[in-house]
Amino acid sequence: MERIYIFKRFERFWHWSQALLIILMMVTGFEIHGTYTLLGYGDASELHTSAAWALIALWVFAIFWHFTTGEWRQYIPTTENLVAMLRYYLSGIFTHAPHPFRQTQLRKHNPLQRLAYLGVKLLINPLIWLSGLAYLYYNEINAAGFGLDLGVVALVHTVGAFLMLAFLVVHVYVITTGHTWSSHLEAMITGWEEIDDPQAGVKP
Amino acid sequence: MTTKRSIRRVPPWRGLVLAAALAGGALAGSAALAATKASTADHGKFKELQQRFVSGPEVTKACLICHTEAAQQVHRTKHWSWEFLNPATDQKLGKKNVINNFCISVPSNYPFCTSCHVGYGWKDANFDFTAEENVDCLVCHDTTGSYRKLPGLAGHPPYEDTEIPPGSGKFAKAVDLTKVAQKVGRTSRDTCGACHFFGGGGDGVKHGDMDSSLAAPDKELDVHMDATGLDFTCGTCHRTSSHEVPGSRYTPVARDTEGAHIPGREDDSLPATCPACHGQAPHKGGGHAAKLNDHTDVVACQTCHIPQIARGGVATKMSWDWSTAGQMGPDGKPMLKKDEAGRVIYDSKKGDFVLGENVVPEYRWFNGEVSYTLLGDTVDNHEGVTRINRLGGSATDGKSLIWPMKVFVGVQPYDPVNRTLVTPHTAGNDDTAYWKNFGWEKAIKTGMQVSGAAFSGQVDFVRTEMSWPITHMVAPKENAVRCGECHMQGGRLEAIGGVYIPGRDANPLIDLFGWLMAGGALLGALVHGGLRIVRRNG
Repeated sequence: MERIYIFKRFERFWHWSQALLIILMMVTGFEIHGTYTLLGYGDASELHTSAAWALIALWVFAIFWHFTTGEWRQYIPTTENLVAMLRYYLSGIFTHAPHPFRQTQLRKHNPLQRLAYLGVKLLINPLIWLSGLAYLYYNEINAAGFGLDLGVVALVHTVGAFLMLAFLVVHVYVITTGHTWSSHLEAMITGWEEIDDPQAGVKP
Repeated sequence: MTTKRSIRRVPPWRGLVLAAALAGGALAGSAALAATKASTADHGKFKELQQRFVSGPEVTKACLICHTEAAQQVHRTKHWSWEFLNPATDQKLGKKNVINNFCISVPSNYPFCTSCHVGYGWKDANFDFTAEENVDCLVCHDTTGSYRKLPGLAGHPPYEDTEIPPGSGKFAKAVDLTKVAQKVGRTSRDTCGACHFFGGGGDGVKHGDMDSSLAAPDKELDVHMDATGLDFTCGTCHRTSSHEVPGSRYTPVARDTEGAHIPGREDDSLPATCPACHGQAPHKGGGHAAKLNDHTDVVACQTCHIPQIARGGVATKMSWDWSTAGQMGPDGKPMLKKDEAGRVIYDSKKGDFVLGENVVPEYRWFNGEVSYTLLGDTVDNHEGVTRINRLGGSATDGKSLIWPMKVFVGVQPYDPVNRTLVTPHTAGNDDTAYWKNFGWEKAIKTGMQVSGAAFSGQVDFVRTEMSWPITHMVAPKENAVRCGECHMQGGRLEAIGGVYIPGRDANPLIDLFGWLMAGGALLGALVHGGLRIVRRNG
């Protein structure tokens, strides 16, 4: 058994406030979308907008942090071990096979995580962010002469929301696949990750 | 702790004293407000008015000694001519010409209808529209509340105690013309309301957003006219110049794109619109207020700020079925039927009514263009209903906003051979008037003769509809329509096309794929996790 310090304090703060904001925006967003009634449209829309600004502020800090610390390199995609990871999730995990990826501070994400988070940062976030700002400033944008159709803006925003929802579901499940069911979750709370002993599983 | 307790121990009567003091303050405030409106002239001191007047025109002659241009100014208004040529459609409108689905039409019923004319003596087509003394100054400028014009007197007030209706045993007192003349003043909610609250033949019947409850409304009913608050009169918004009252039902301004009117700055746009005072960004502040302002390119102010009509305790008519008129009571005489609230829902003279209070309006795109089905126009019945007025507007014409409407449904007589609406002679003490004789054929024959229109002699009934854009009874902002009442499926704006309304509209295909994707991810996670548990235990 080994413990390494993976997630620094700001990283954990960023992750959990982002999680809270995104879940809040999911709940209010799908109400605005007409999926259910919970807070009432007006309150939901006001809360959604406030949370959006908070999230944007948080992202600005997070982007700054990623670049000043060089942590952005954690998301550079790689094919190394990619197939092994897939094979692990599809079969090895059921037979207690050793985890093919070994976490270090310099490589905290396995190749599948790298791809997933990169997708969130480069595809889903910008999609939601841009369409959301267009949704907020639709009148001003059109007053400036762009023929923006609110239905299209809303549609793009909804697509982004569904992608984010699917990501959230998978993400929440995959955190249970660490050394124990909760070791990934504990790592994101304390910063310390328990990892498999490299010798574990190898019978003497 | 002790301080808090001592505050709580304030005796209950202290509240009453405080309330009384506040009420006193409010009264003092309104008195001060009234003082600023006071005239510089006391008409009771004018020699011209210190005489015993025996008729309305005599009073008018006295008024005109000083107000030399007043009668000619009135002569140029719709209030006088009951005629309006719509330059956009070339249609000849005005009360004299239009047909509606309430009391239907004016021409063969002049002496009754013209009790709401700003003149004296319009009893038939021969009325002299050039006579200055025929202008009725008092009906608009009375401040005593005692001036009253009676149906059947062709615009005259009762000069002697008059039985109304004849044979009823109820008498209307003669009007004291001298007293009324000596106390003339500015127009008020009461003077305008004397006719406009009672359009369609009774209190609140026609408009839905105008009835006698607006004579002294509270803030909930009308935030501007609030009698103990802002206390607007009709003229505060319908800012009249040379007796010309701005704000027309025939050529309304549906979308005012001008800014707020500023004293000293030339501005020809209509002063009676909301933006004329509130400007184009009426909600102050950022965030939520800015989002509300974003709505003003699509939604009329009235749509959110008049949540219901007929809110003052007076019901408005929602439909009127003339085809059931003429049924007599068990005694063979005309009868009235009333609902549990004591309101008339059947009248032998008029047929069946449906009444409504606190009515949620209907909503339509409206650009201010209105065209009418006039006498002689073919009854257009292909949708099962003839539209008495047709409102222009669409999501894309750049001139329309979504407006609240009272949509009034009628079933009224028409000529099935010529396929035209008809103008029945209803009111009168003669051999053909419907309300006396209950025979449609002769009533319509007389009416159409007076109107100068062809009548086949056949009578049938046709379903008609008339839309009344709603603009009065503005509620306090706390009572404005909530966001979710339109941003939902099946909400107030369900029938409005051409605009994406979040919460109402969605792309069903995207929703289907979205939920399949998210649900698939969840299912995958559950199966995967389940397998892990099974394997681990095994």
